[in-house]
Amino acid sequence: MPPDSDHARRSKDRWAFLTDETVLAVFYQVLVAGGVIALAAFLIHNTLDNLSQRAIATGFGFLDYPASFAINESPIPYSPADSYARAFTVGLLNTLKVTLIGIVFATLIGTVVGIARLSGNWLVARLGDCYVEIVRNVPPLLQLFFWYSAITEGLPGPRQALTPLPGVFICNRGVMVPVPIAHWAWTAMAAALALAVVGVFVLHRWSVRRQARTGRRFPVVGASVALLIGLPLVAWLGAGAPSALDLPALRGFNFKGGATLTPEFTAITAGLVFYTAAFIAEIVRSGILGVSRGQTEAARALGLRERQVLHLVVLPQALRIIVPPLTGQYLNLTKNSSLAVAVGYPDLVSVLNTTINQTGQAIEGVTMIMAVYLTISLLIAGGMNWYNRHVALVER
Amino acid sequence: MTNSPILPAPPLTPLTPALPLTPAPPAQAPGRLPWRRRPAAAFGWLRRNLFGSWSSALVTLAIVWGLGEVVPPLFRWLVTDSVLGPADPRTCLGAGGACWAFIHEKYRLILFGLYPYDQQWRPLLVILIIIALLAGSCDRRLWRRWLAPMWAAGMAAIGVLMWGGVFGLPKVETWRWGGLPLTLLLSVVGLAVAFPFAIALALGRRSTLPIIRALSVAYIELIRGVPLVSLLFMASVMLPLFLPTGVSIDKLLRAQIAMILFAAAYLAEVIRGGLQAIPRGQYEAAASLGLSYGQKVRLIILPQALTIVIPPIVNTFIAFFKDTSLVIIIGIYDLTTAAKAALDDAAWRGSYREAYLFIGVIYFGFSFFMSRYSQWLEKDLGRGART
Repeated sequence: MPPDSDHARRSKDRWAFLTDETVLAVFYQVLVAGGVIALAAFLIHNTLDNLSQRAIATGFGFLDYPASFAINESPIPYSPADSYARAFTVGLLNTLKVTLIGIVFATLIGTVVGIARLSGNWLVARLGDCYVEIVRNVPPLLQLFFWYSAITEGLPGPRQALTPLPGVFICNRGVMVPVPIAHWAWTAMAAALALAVVGVFVLHRWSVRRQARTGRRFPVVGASVALLIGLPLVAWLGAGAPSALDLPALRGFNFKGGATLTPEFTAITAGLVFYTAAFIAEIVRSGILGVSRGQTEAARALGLRERQVLHLVVLPQALRIIVPPLTGQYLNLTKNSSLAVAVGYPDLVSVLNTTINQTGQAIEGVTMIMAVYLTISLLIAGGMNWYNRHVALVER
Repeated sequence: MTNSPILPAPPLTPLTPALPLTPAPPAQAPGRLPWRRRPAAAFGWLRRNLFGSWSSALVTLAIVWGLGEVVPPLFRWLVTDSVLGPADPRTCLGAGGACWAFIHEKYRLILFGLYPYDQQWRPLLVILIIIALLAGSCDRRLWRRWLAPMWAAGMAAIGVLMWGGVFGLPKVETWRWGGLPLTLLLSVVGLAVAFPFAIALALGRRSTLPIIRALSVAYIELIRGVPLVSLLFMASVMLPLFLPTGVSIDKLLRAQIAMILFAAAYLAEVIRGGLQAIPRGQYEAAASLGLSYGQKVRLIILPQALTIVIPPIVNTFIAFFKDTSLVIIIGIYDLTTAAKAALDDAAWRGSYREAYLFIGVIYFGFSFFMSRYSQWLEKDLGRGART
């Protein structure tokens, strides 16, 4: 063997560590981490430079200053003299309001449409198809603009307002509905309702246990409905049955009194609900289709009635398929609620956008937007994961 | 709706999307309307599908009544009472039907934005090139060899046409770009540039190296956790702060960067789905052949993983295409913004239905075609894998 070949092998051994996996792993990670840190340092350096040049103070101190801009819709008292922090709270509450109402209605409509698409009635199924295909393929923002224009331009003015029910007015300033005048009876009713919900929960568990022990069934559904309606009714009657209403009435150019669903709120809610419902319908449909036909047939063969088949066999299995993608749709709805800024509904993004424009605190503002949405996303994901574990298959 | 402990759910059959397995309900066969063959079958079909039970018959009647109330007025508004050609705004809007004269008057503004009027054949050509590229990409025979050169050539042509400044074409600044070509460019370029980043992020998230995995997860979850609106704001107000003093960046480019950052995170999750679907044996077989990580990924894993995820990538593209409409929030002149601008003309106040219907049909056309293609492709790829 010639000596230089031996030399070559030895020198190859000397450099072998370069192809060693552990060394390479460390090397690549250091390289990537170094790159990211260098990029971050570069950006932070530039930002600090720019900020000092524009004489913008960093930090969240600006939150205590008076906001001095008006917000046309607020669940809590707010005036332009209040601080930016309070304006932020108003925006956050408005976002939460749209999100919660949107999730409830989108789920209801989506479930109905999803079941309709599986209907044996040809017309119902085709109508469901049309709805889903049209709504899904048009940008939500465009749908929002359409609803907003339909309300503000398509509906008559306050003087020619439509009155579908006595006391309810629909016009281009929004929907005005009567609200009960404040009375302690309403608080009592809310408490009674909460009590009834707890009662239904306890009743359900008790009946399940009793059925397991004795085999006798208890009419849980009827008893629950009776409890949910009866308890608040008793509270209302016990409080003297107040029935005074604050009716909206035309004063000058607009309505006073009652409660108003503003065009902005109505447009963003309608747009989000109809858009998200189309996606939820698809999820519900595939969830129900995903339960194999043998399951239904086996349940019928056991002698279960149709309602029991649905309640005890099909739904629990369909929910397992439905819940994870449904979580995704709830998250999408939450994030899409930021489209409110396009129709002028004062949601979080809209309020913080005004704040950024007034104070120049872009970094703080955008950070706050992102932090809030991340928190809401994590909360919804956490809640739905908990529910998913609840309905998920328990492997034995 | 909890699972009752008395009747434990029977063991599950595999919960694959059971579409091909489940026999479709009879109502699901609209393609085979039976009266083509026998009139008597038509009666049977009607009885089964519209009057199957008392409740079904009632619902059918209610729907027929509702359609009778809605469809004729809608048809009158759209067609018989509408004003088609050029007309004076006041007579046209008072006609009681759709005022298509508004579209006739404004379609150049809506489709091409502020692009110089006498040069608008250029964005028109760009629209046609993009449609041709998209249509060509649907043909699977072209995928292997021709896709990349085709897109490269197409993009070069689009760049020349939009910017100009060469071949005797007058130069057009990006702030004058607008309308449909801008919407298409934002989505196509956004997705194309995001694609390699998305692959890197997806591989990073599946990597065994902790720092790389953590960085990938952090990026993907952060971007997916916040709305696109906030990213667009960030690009519009924060990006200028990030750059060295004195360096400014084009507004359109800022929006495009935000769209790319956004698309990369969503695409990465789609691609990760494909990576997870590759059986372990493939990784192990590649390793046992002595392939390096790069070879393994390039030659074995990615070709299979990407093929699986083409249908969901098309779906991501549809969502992304619709999301480009959000750039209105930072004042980019896309199709939606152009339609809003056309509506700002006080003389044509009240033609929002016509304007939104017009661009709605455009958005719908692209999205519907792509979603149908993705459904077809899914079936087609599935068929290929089984044989």
